[in-house]
Amino acid sequence: MKTDANLDLKSGAKPVLKPSEKLAVSPKMIKWFSQSWMIAVYIFLYMPIVTLVIFSFNDSQVATVWSHASLRWYAALMKDSDLISAVLLSLKIALLSALISVFFGTFTAFALNRYKRFPGRTLFSSMASTPLVMPDVIVGLSLLLMLVSLQHWLGYPERGLFTILLGHSLLGTAYATVVVTSRLREMDSKLDEAAMDLGCQPFQVFRLVTLPLLVPALVSAFLLTFTLSFDDVVLSSFLSGPGYSTMPMVIFSRARLGLNPTINAVATVTIAVVTIAVLASSFYTSHQERKRKRETAQAYSDTNK
Amino acid sequence: MMKNTSSMNKISSAMSRLSNGRYLVIGVPYFWFLILALVPLLIVLKISLSEMESTSVSSMIDWTNGWPTVKLNFASYMFITTDALYYQTYFSSIRYALMTTVICLIIAYPFAYFMARSPKHIQPTLLMLIMLPFWTSFLLRIYAWKTLLVNNGVINNVLMSIGVIHEPIAMMNTPFSLMVGMVYSYLPFMILPLYANLSKLDMRYLEAAADLGASPFKAFWLITVPLSKAGIVAGSMLVFIPAVGEYVIPELLGGSDTLMIGRVLWDEFFSNNDWPMASAVAVVMILLIMLPMAIYNKSQSEQAESKA
Repeated sequence: MKTDANLDLKSGAKPVLKPSEKLAVSPKMIKWFSQSWMIAVYIFLYMPIVTLVIFSFNDSQVATVWSHASLRWYAALMKDSDLISAVLLSLKIALLSALISVFFGTFTAFALNRYKRFPGRTLFSSMASTPLVMPDVIVGLSLLLMLVSLQHWLGYPERGLFTILLGHSLLGTAYATVVVTSRLREMDSKLDEAAMDLGCQPFQVFRLVTLPLLVPALVSAFLLTFTLSFDDVVLSSFLSGPGYSTMPMVIFSRARLGLNPTINAVATVTIAVVTIAVLASSFYTSHQERKRKRETAQAYSDTNK
Repeated sequence: MMKNTSSMNKISSAMSRLSNGRYLVIGVPYFWFLILALVPLLIVLKISLSEMESTSVSSMIDWTNGWPTVKLNFASYMFITTDALYYQTYFSSIRYALMTTVICLIIAYPFAYFMARSPKHIQPTLLMLIMLPFWTSFLLRIYAWKTLLVNNGVINNVLMSIGVIHEPIAMMNTPFSLMVGMVYSYLPFMILPLYANLSKLDMRYLEAAADLGASPFKAFWLITVPLSKAGIVAGSMLVFIPAVGEYVIPELLGGSDTLMIGRVLWDEFFSNNDWPMASAVAVVMILLIMLPMAIYNKSQSEQAESKA
């Protein structure tokens, strides 16, 4: 095996193996076991998704019995005005909440990363991580009760798009904070120091050095919080008012009643869009990374001329 | 950590020039979380100690005697502690969440271990294949299990057509279907921290153990497992805490007789319109997950310190 050869080179001597161990488990068996374990987990993870997609092209009225291929559920989807308006509402909320989340999340990550000591920092950091671990039903209930009290005192806000947006933005901010913080931690603080040595004002340092380096993290935070919002059903159910149903709320109420082939069609469309988006973003990130490395190498060779 | 003192001085002087900026950078997100995370929880606490009066909750401060008296109503809490339905539901939520955590750990640990040992160039792809379902709607994936598990569902149809079984197995609306859905949804949350931890394991420890005559199994048990403790703790907490309060999975896959506290809270609020009761259920739930949450926060901050 390849790894064994490497091991030998490094340690300089062959690792001593007792004969009994050779008999007990051969490397071949370990390899076979590990590969089948991994394949089994991937099958478990993908089986439901593949089934959804296959049965979305099924002509039968019964969602689980295959008759023959057709696009009838996609045609039904196009005429489903409830669902289409719910999708549009979800997209609107997801876009806005992702923007708000990335904005506040970046602020939070900066505050926690740059200032190690200020009054109430522990409270701040635990508040920022609470929405990550708190069950959705509690976050939803608590926000709703606050908004109801607010409405009681001020007569505002009405439950609807704004209140759902607020809930999603709270959850999103917590996640965006995690993504941006991990990037800030691995960033080289020498770059900031160099910029300051060269006379940059703190805000200029942020705009010219830190922000461009943060872009990949901001993009992935945006995508993550967009997906979270687009996916959420519990917070939306608590916070929405009459006439405001997001896509997951519509799907949830239909799924509760039973199986519905239109849901398979919606699922297939979302899966296609998400897969393309994830592949595109990972391609973009690796492209950026390569570009940055190339430019760094170029800069080094220029200075050494 | 020793840094260049002159540059440190420059930075600190620049910082003091920007101390207003500092207030802004800290103040804006602080205010945001204060309003949306802390205040709502305090309001839940307050409402849990009130009484329901037709359409709103009773006021806490009573002026009838001419001076303000704080009126606390523990009726909801009395109900939770005396009515068997409530404490049984808490007990069964914790049991389901524990089972989910253990099953996820059993599946995810070997998986993460093998993933961390697989060739370096395929690891990003393996990782992305774990993340990809995570990006597709959670609700739709749970719905998909319904398609698979119902009596005339895909699994029963396949098994009957190849002749393994003659009667459909009743899997839907049982604790089994609930556990499948829970393990399925939370598995990535267990795999990711474990993989992050195991992929950083220094292989030289294992070589040293082998050189000193330890069997691979002994080396694994005495070196790999203790070193991956942080990953195990983080993964378990990320699964256990949200699983306790899960609502959507038991609602879609669990059937009417699976007791989960998230559903009780939902029904108290939406069906019975009993806000104090729903709040009290939430407060007790928070108390129950406080300990695991503290453990999680501690392990996270320890990890952050060891990185620095």
